[in-house]
Amino acid sequence: MKKLRCAILGPGNIGSDLMYKIDRSDYLELVLMAGIVESEGIKRARDKGIATTIEGVDGIIKEKDHIDVVFDATSAAAHLVSGPKLNEVGIFCFDLTPAALGPYMVPSVNLDDLKNELDVNLVTCGGQATIPIVYACSLVGSIKYAEIIASISSKSAGPGTRANIDEFTQTTANALKVVGQAKTSRAIIILNPADPPVLMANTIHIIYDDENIKTEDVLNSVEKMVKKIQHYVPGYTLKVPPFKNKDHYTMIIEVKGRGDFLPVYSGNLDIINSAAVEAAEKLAVMRGE
Amino acid sequence: MDKITLIDTTMRDGSHAISHTYTIAEVIAIAQGLDEAGVEYIEIAHGDGIGGSTINYGFSKTNELDLIEAVCKVVKKAKVTILLIPGVGTIEDVEEAIKRGIKAVRVATHCTEADISKQHIEYCLSKKLDTFGFLMMSHTVNKEKLLEQALLMESYGAKAVYIADSAGYMITSDVYDKVKLLKNNLKIPIGFHAHNNLSLAIANSISAMQAGASYIDGSLKGLGAGSGNAQLEVLNCVMERYNFISNIKAYPLMDIASDIVEPIMKRPQIINTVSLMLGITGVYSSFMLHANEAAKKFDVDVREILVELGKRKMVGGQEDKIIEVAYELKNNKNK
Repeated sequence: MKKLRCAILGPGNIGSDLMYKIDRSDYLELVLMAGIVESEGIKRARDKGIATTIEGVDGIIKEKDHIDVVFDATSAAAHLVSGPKLNEVGIFCFDLTPAALGPYMVPSVNLDDLKNELDVNLVTCGGQATIPIVYACSLVGSIKYAEIIASISSKSAGPGTRANIDEFTQTTANALKVVGQAKTSRAIIILNPADPPVLMANTIHIIYDDENIKTEDVLNSVEKMVKKIQHYVPGYTLKVPPFKNKDHYTMIIEVKGRGDFLPVYSGNLDIINSAAVEAAEKLAVMRGE
Repeated sequence: MDKITLIDTTMRDGSHAISHTYTIAEVIAIAQGLDEAGVEYIEIAHGDGIGGSTINYGFSKTNELDLIEAVCKVVKKAKVTILLIPGVGTIEDVEEAIKRGIKAVRVATHCTEADISKQHIEYCLSKKLDTFGFLMMSHTVNKEKLLEQALLMESYGAKAVYIADSAGYMITSDVYDKVKLLKNNLKIPIGFHAHNNLSLAIANSISAMQAGASYIDGSLKGLGAGSGNAQLEVLNCVMERYNFISNIKAYPLMDIASDIVEPIMKRPQIINTVSLMLGITGVYSSFMLHANEAAKKFDVDVREILVELGKRKMVGGQEDKIIEVAYELKNNKNK
């Protein structure tokens, strides 16, 4: 099968990690790394034998005939400009910024939505870790309220997250409704500076409309979903299986990263990248059909 | 005599102690009393700050915005203040609170994460709110690190920076050294927030004053998470013996404490085994009631839970980790 030709926009930590993940894929091929200055990330790509440009999105557009998809690992402000530019020339964009121009994409839930779009947004790291579980819970019964607490090691929270932490909580909470199917929702993020760094972990609380949901059904649905996610994030584990506590169900997920470019404790960054690559592979299959 | 500004936390930190069950009538009575006694800042919010009403921290019985509005309406001189913990509450929550009439905000982060408060501090300043920085769990870092983080909050425009002993772990010399270093290096005033888990809340608050702190927290009857905060009506009198004055009337303060707050309390604000353990292990004070519950649910010793949470260096807001630890302890026990 013909591989999907990919470019990465933004050669920072996220972009560099994506480079390794794309490199491992049977469906994707990295053809260009784009930045705006000579940087460590550009050099890293060049050392791996990948073509590079420091003309940013325009550098990608110059090569438009040889590029199928772009992973945008820059910033929300930058994506607002580059996203439409790329779509105009027919390049599909996986948006890893909080810009959310296109619809949310959570591969274990709504991969089929790829068909009609040219720009999809990967929500947030906490969203990728928790939305599939909330969705799995929604298959058992309608969810009145979903609440997630994402805890992340301080070292894994980059300057973008730190400068706008409200964006994380608000975007995640919104996607818990739109994709996770909860009627109402809340998201909380906690940064923990412990050394050695803590693994990314997520606590999920669910209140059902129906008080008589069976724990066994919730457990089965959640376990199925965990297996599905482990397919693209092997370090994704159900640390505490769902249990009933007064009016709600509680469960805890831990995310150990693959340690491609980023350390294993950065499961938060690993899962959003892995989700983007998983979705891109699906797109490759769809286009190949 | 040096003037100290006392900030009342009865209806914010104190909210933990009564599991966030304040009613409109209760907050009106407390706020009116505090205002008439001459308290300048009255903090009110869910114990975990605005937006804290969740499964993780416990739902508020009455919508906190309605409580805030009720207090804003009756208070004549005092500035009604909220707590905001970025990651839990958002700027949108502050916007709502502004509509209800608040005049001041304390933006709180873990003591190593001050940079996440920048957007919130700047927003609050743009709305002309008195805006304080608040560094939680200050016992977990050395004074140099604390200074670095306090300087960040100063650079964002905070009116003062608080050192919060959220676990009630600090002793007087530690408080003194940290306040002194900040006092010597910051242009803005320094504040101190105590918890009484080691029975040092008043002593630590006095120590902070002696090192140059000019904003100190207290709550009526000491109502607060764990063993509570510095007992306001006591602190207000004791500090005079050390030549610090607050200009708050002593008798009215005592009266609200005994006539209004005491009947609301669900248990005496004492140091019990669990809250003592918080002070020993350096665990966030509001974990107490949640740890008690988890210990019962999973049938494990609450002390073991707290020791493990301390080892794992959990920060404020990680109440969900109590469940994880209790679950693991139970599983290990069954092996």
